[in-house]
Amino acid sequence: MARVPSELDETDIVQLLDPSGMRRASAAADRGDSDRFAADLSADDLLALYRDLRVLRRIDDEATALQRQGELALWPPLRGQEATQLGSARALGDGDFVFTSYREHGVAFARGVRGADLVRVWRGTTASAWDPDHVRVAPQQVIIGAQTLHATGWAMGEVLAKGEKGPDAGVAYFGDGAMSEGDVAEAMVFAASFRLPVVFVCSNNQWAISEPVTLQAPGTLADRGPGFGIPSVRVDGNDVLAVYAVMRAALERAHTGGGPTLIEAITYRMGPHTTADDPTRYRTAEELAAWAERDPIDRLERLLRSEGVLTDEREAEVGAAADEAGGELRAACIAIPDPDPLSVFDHIYAEPNRQIERERAEYAAYLDGFTEAQR
Amino acid sequence: MTRLTLGGALRSGLHRALAEDPTVVLMGEDIGVNGGVFRVTDGLQREFGPRRVIDTPLAESAILGTAVGLAYRGFRPVCEIQFDGFVYPAFDQIVSQLAKMHARTNGRVRMPLTIRIPVGGGIGAAEHHSESPEAYFAHTAGLRTVVASTPQDAAVMLRQAIACDDPVVFFEPKRRYHVKAEVDEDVDLATALPLDRARVVRSGADATVVGYGGMVAVCLDAAAAAADEGVSLEVVDLRSLSPVDWETVEASVRRTGRLVIVHEAAGHGGFGAEIAATLTERCFEWLLAAPVRVTGHDIPYPVAKLEKHHLPDLDRVLHGVDRVLGRLGSPAAASSPVAELVR
Repeated sequence: MARVPSELDETDIVQLLDPSGMRRASAAADRGDSDRFAADLSADDLLALYRDLRVLRRIDDEATALQRQGELALWPPLRGQEATQLGSARALGDGDFVFTSYREHGVAFARGVRGADLVRVWRGTTASAWDPDHVRVAPQQVIIGAQTLHATGWAMGEVLAKGEKGPDAGVAYFGDGAMSEGDVAEAMVFAASFRLPVVFVCSNNQWAISEPVTLQAPGTLADRGPGFGIPSVRVDGNDVLAVYAVMRAALERAHTGGGPTLIEAITYRMGPHTTADDPTRYRTAEELAAWAERDPIDRLERLLRSEGVLTDEREAEVGAAADEAGGELRAACIAIPDPDPLSVFDHIYAEPNRQIERERAEYAAYLDGFTEAQR
Repeated sequence: MTRLTLGGALRSGLHRALAEDPTVVLMGEDIGVNGGVFRVTDGLQREFGPRRVIDTPLAESAILGTAVGLAYRGFRPVCEIQFDGFVYPAFDQIVSQLAKMHARTNGRVRMPLTIRIPVGGGIGAAEHHSESPEAYFAHTAGLRTVVASTPQDAAVMLRQAIACDDPVVFFEPKRRYHVKAEVDEDVDLATALPLDRARVVRSGADATVVGYGGMVAVCLDAAAAAADEGVSLEVVDLRSLSPVDWETVEASVRRTGRLVIVHEAAGHGGFGAEIAATLTERCFEWLLAAPVRVTGHDIPYPVAKLEKHHLPDLDRVLHGVDRVLGRLGSPAAASSPVAELVR
């Protein structure tokens, strides 16, 4: 069994917005910092965040539907984790470079990826959809935890190129399951030993397919940070304000030569691991219902309503924008053409390679044979 | 020309790469102050500083994984894996990450990494210090896999590997580290033999013997001994296992009609199987006998006192030559349909 919210020890969890939508002074030790880092969010900023959360959820739901209808080969839904992804990505600087897992569609969305580019890989038509240098997000990583080393190496390059003052940060997103992988431990060793500008964002969504987080760690995941010499912070991952605040604090440390930070964002995967997974085999409806009470979007909606920022009219506009994004995604997805068969030989090597060119020519001739037969 | 050991020639190649390209960084365990356990990086940290020659924590996956990140950031890392048997913890980062990154990014991100790996046995080492893992990497699309066998090749091929925009697994035969030869350190890479080409290192007429790395010298010794008995062997140093210079090897086999393949690694699923299969496909009508493989046994690398029974040596290569020349008939061949036809 995974933990239900009532079993969480919340004394050290940064929270700026409780599940009822009330602003609160965090009980966590660094609440002063957290408050400071979220204080400059205006009503318009919050409304924009709310709109993005709603659009993101709609896109995610649409992608799940597209998979159910055979238009995507697979989809790993992010439902429930919108605040962790958008809140943290919203805090990124333009130059920060992000390495995510396969579920962080919201981070790519926050960095400007839209429409068909969000689903191309999952339709099976291309290996990656966007230019990493342009978007500052690497292709989503499937091997659990492997990308934490890439973020750490990227950050090492920043320090080698610019020195310790003023580097951009390498940011690694990964899950609770990845905390058991050797690569994550090794990344933390390197980041700590070289005092690198890295932010490790662990989205603890309680489940690694069917394995509860209690199997990965008897205690809290964030406790591992100090063992590596890395300060860590636990944050309510369904509280977009708190996530934004702790991410800004971590990035400020990275940008000013303070070294790495581990953020454990406590959230919940409301959907299946992927569209190929049936979570009713391993978790209860009661657990799901308990976490639904902490929904990240409902929470912000309650705040914005209580503060008079969100009116019925604005809510309807946001809903329409979300529906429009969903419709656009569907149309763009269905319009993605199938790739050219010979493109299987593209980009295997950067330099000319006789083995690949020979095989390309042989396979082209083989395919041409079919064309001639059809004539 | 300078008289250098193979290890010294590698150091020369690294020195030149560091001096010529500010994006080149060396990473590895004990490569800085200590100069590497084989002294290949001796003095380089003192000259280029700890930001160019980086002693890393003891974590091979991280050495490779952070090098991937450095390549993303525009660097050209040269990673040292201290011993062949230590590369396995880095296997995922090499095979799933490094090898695939250029294809995964649709060609947008290049991975100009070089992975230096001391390879093979013959030095009486402890367990995990005498492995021959080349087939794993040669099997992996996206990697180039090369093996240097002489000081001159070590210096030039290492510079070529570092300059290459693809990841290169660069094997260094430990048993040859201390062999000395005259080395031209100023070879122009533009006119040097390309990294992906084999070299005929001895011409002969009766059989082609293909080897690489530490086995090339063994093959040459065998060829000299065979010549005393009137058998003329052509020896090919394969140099690159991915891609293979099939044209050079094929031309040799078509001349001699016979093929012997020599490597230290276990024969089962070993790289010799690829050579035998491909050359049989390409040269079947020219072959006068089935290709013969002379390899290590299909065993974990044995203890030091027994390694001479595992490693192909001059006598085992000559035994292979005898087989390919039909001097040692096999019972199976005697009762084959072909034998029946001939009869």
